[in-house]
Amino acid sequence: MGMDINTKKLKKNAFRVSKERGIGAARIRVPGGYLDAEILGMVQEISQTYGNGYVHLTTRQGFEIEGIRFEDMEAINKKLQPIIEKLEINQEEPGAGYPASGTRNISACIGNNVCPFANYNTAELAKKIEKKVFPNDLHFKIACTGCSNDCAKARMHDFGIIGMTMPQYDPSRCVSCQACIKGCRSLSVDALRMENYKIVRDTEKCIGCGVCITKCPTRALTRSKKKYYKLAIMGRTGKRNPRLGKDFLVWADEENIIKIILNTYRFVKEYISPNAPGGKEHIGYIIDRVGFEEYKKWALDGVELMPETILNDCIYWDGIHFDNQGK
Amino acid sequence: MGYQLTKTQMDELFRELSETYDLYAPVLMKGEGCFSETDVVRYGKVTSPDEIVWDRKSDYSYKETLLPINETLFYFTEDTASVPQGPKRDRLVFLRSCDLYGVKRLDEIYLKNGFSDYYYARIRERTKFVLMGCGTPCKSGFCVSMGTNRAENYDLYIKPDGELGYADCRCGELEEYFRKAGAVEARVVPDYAEENREQVTLPKKLSNESFTREIWNEYGARCIGCGRCNFVCPTCTCFTMQDVFYRDNEKAGERRRVWASCQVDGYTDIAGGISFRKTQGERFRFKVMHKIYDYEKRFGYPMCVGCGRCDDVCPEYISYSNCINRLAKEEEE
Ligand code: HEM
Ligand code: SF4
Ligand code: SF4
Ligand code: SF4
Ligand code: SF4
Ligand code: SF4
Repeated sequence: MGMDINTKKLKKNAFRVSKERGIGAARIRVPGGYLDAEILGMVQEISQTYGNGYVHLTTRQGFEIEGIRFEDMEAINKKLQPIIEKLEINQEEPGAGYPASGTRNISACIGNNVCPFANYNTAELAKKIEKKVFPNDLHFKIACTGCSNDCAKARMHDFGIIGMTMPQYDPSRCVSCQACIKGCRSLSVDALRMENYKIVRDTEKCIGCGVCITKCPTRALTRSKKKYYKLAIMGRTGKRNPRLGKDFLVWADEENIIKIILNTYRFVKEYISPNAPGGKEHIGYIIDRVGFEEYKKWALDGVELMPETILNDCIYWDGIHFDNQGK
Repeated sequence: MGYQLTKTQMDELFRELSETYDLYAPVLMKGEGCFSETDVVRYGKVTSPDEIVWDRKSDYSYKETLLPINETLFYFTEDTASVPQGPKRDRLVFLRSCDLYGVKRLDEIYLKNGFSDYYYARIRERTKFVLMGCGTPCKSGFCVSMGTNRAENYDLYIKPDGELGYADCRCGELEEYFRKAGAVEARVVPDYAEENREQVTLPKKLSNESFTREIWNEYGARCIGCGRCNFVCPTCTCFTMQDVFYRDNEKAGERRRVWASCQVDGYTDIAGGISFRKTQGERFRFKVMHKIYDYEKRFGYPMCVGCGRCDDVCPEYISYSNCINRLAKEEEE
């Protein structure tokens, strides 16, 4: 009997068709790249039982278990169940494996669990977003990064969430040591200066990276109670026009960012090309076609920004154009 | 007199005390640490025992309650100068045994070293000290080695203990508050640290010869000159002067004194562009020698009280206590 497999269904189930006939790979998404080490043992077991003993650590912080045979998919899905449960992945049918793969794993840098530069818990936010958007077949890439260093390469995502903090300055604790000024100059954007022995922050220039706060020896500079984020949108890699995402919101809050992401799913459903291969079209190309003004209308539906949030009304993306070279 | 109080009486005591005194105590400043979602314990005003952090040594010492980080000495115009008023209320400062020994060092420098400093004296006169116990000694302190673990010159000792509270009052003025709160008399002895995890042996043969030790170069290469060790220290007393001319009218302004650090650039700069201790190694040497040698030569006891805060705060993990032990060990060899 010939091998009869619905590849569309298989892909949706987070398996991959490989270049070797009859052999695929099982993909495990790990939101925020943060997991109980126990899961590593489970991955090992699946790999050694059903795969070829090798695992690829994916660029989006998942595992890809290589060399699995398509006839084992059901058995593997059973083995994936405790992993899915431990990672608290939304799932409609227990035991049936991952329910979708279009919306990619929400990746994150290590964040404030470890990194002194980070401005928030990136894995926590990644999980929170995952809970809201997954499962979904639409091709969305979202990443959370702790600060403007952007170790998660959030700017190459449809939605790059970059942690910020608003420096709070208590002049009565400041000893004019200038560590903050030197820190901002050498590690960031040179937004600080001293006037009359006190620190003045150029609010137009400041990117809210928080470096100055980590340098202050007296706690004259501290983090804002509120957590802030930059939302950079529509960055991408790819064959036609790779480009960096541009700031849509600066000094934004978590709730509105999630709202905008959810609104974007509705926008894509409305405007995605009916001819999109595999039902997937990068959101950025849809916006290029439909126009940013139209996107903005959809994205900001029901969004009430905080007074300090800066909204960029017009965005032009550039990047490298391989699609119209010489034109 | 010693007292036992119920929780309600403790709250009442604090309420009553707050009527007359400003209470300064270690407080948890949530999210105000160096890094995201880290806290810092430093001094703030309180009105109840629950606001105080009892179970952890403060990251920054009580020092700022006696010696403000920024203090305006006087305001000036073209032809007048006026001194701002001192504190309007008496204050109670909650601190540990090592810190109370620190107060002795501040007094030595600001009250007894030639003349009495007007600004320090006027705050100091209005301050009483409330000892916090160290039944569970802090991790980094070495008060026992420094002989600063049993401070007895407190005005008040207070210890909350679940639903009860204990106090030992040695200040006549404060006794009435206990009577008002309805406290019952009891025998109360402060919890003192009997033993520390860290033990320090002071080198005994330091001299100007010690200047050339290799050890200073090693620390100099590691220290980034941030000054944190000085700012957290209960015994660092240095300040610098700042004359500020107001930007809207440069004919008026103020003179401030502001905490200074011997580790930070600019500390030894003088007119003519001269600077005395240029390298970080020289500065580190100066700090260590000042704490355990120079001060002692002048006043007869070391400056350092062994609170261990400088070890806790150093971003480069330089341990001053370890440095002292190394100096002592080098002497043996
Ligand atoms: C061998 C010569 C000199 C020595 C060793 C010397 C040393 C010092 C020292 C130790 C200070 C105290 C710095 C401080 O408190 O931060 C000082 C302050 C000062 N000196 Fe000299 N000095 C010398 C020559 C001069 C000369 C020639 C002038 C002026 C022409 C001068 C003007 C000043 C002034 C204006 C200050 C106050 C600066 C300040 O408080 O920041 N000095 N000097
Ligand atoms: S938060 Fe702003 S001022 Fe501080 S270092 Fe970053 S850019 Fe500079
Ligand atoms: S680092 Fe802190 S104390 Fe130093 S100048 Fe900046 S704000 Fe003032
Ligand atoms: S050094 Fe001693 S007195 Fe000071 S806090 Fe630690 S245990 Fe208490
Ligand atoms: S030198 Fe260090 S251990 Fe000694 S009193 Fe100062 S901060 Fe405490
Ligand atoms: S805290 Fe550490 S790095 Fe900073 S000045 Fe002191 S010894 Fe040097």
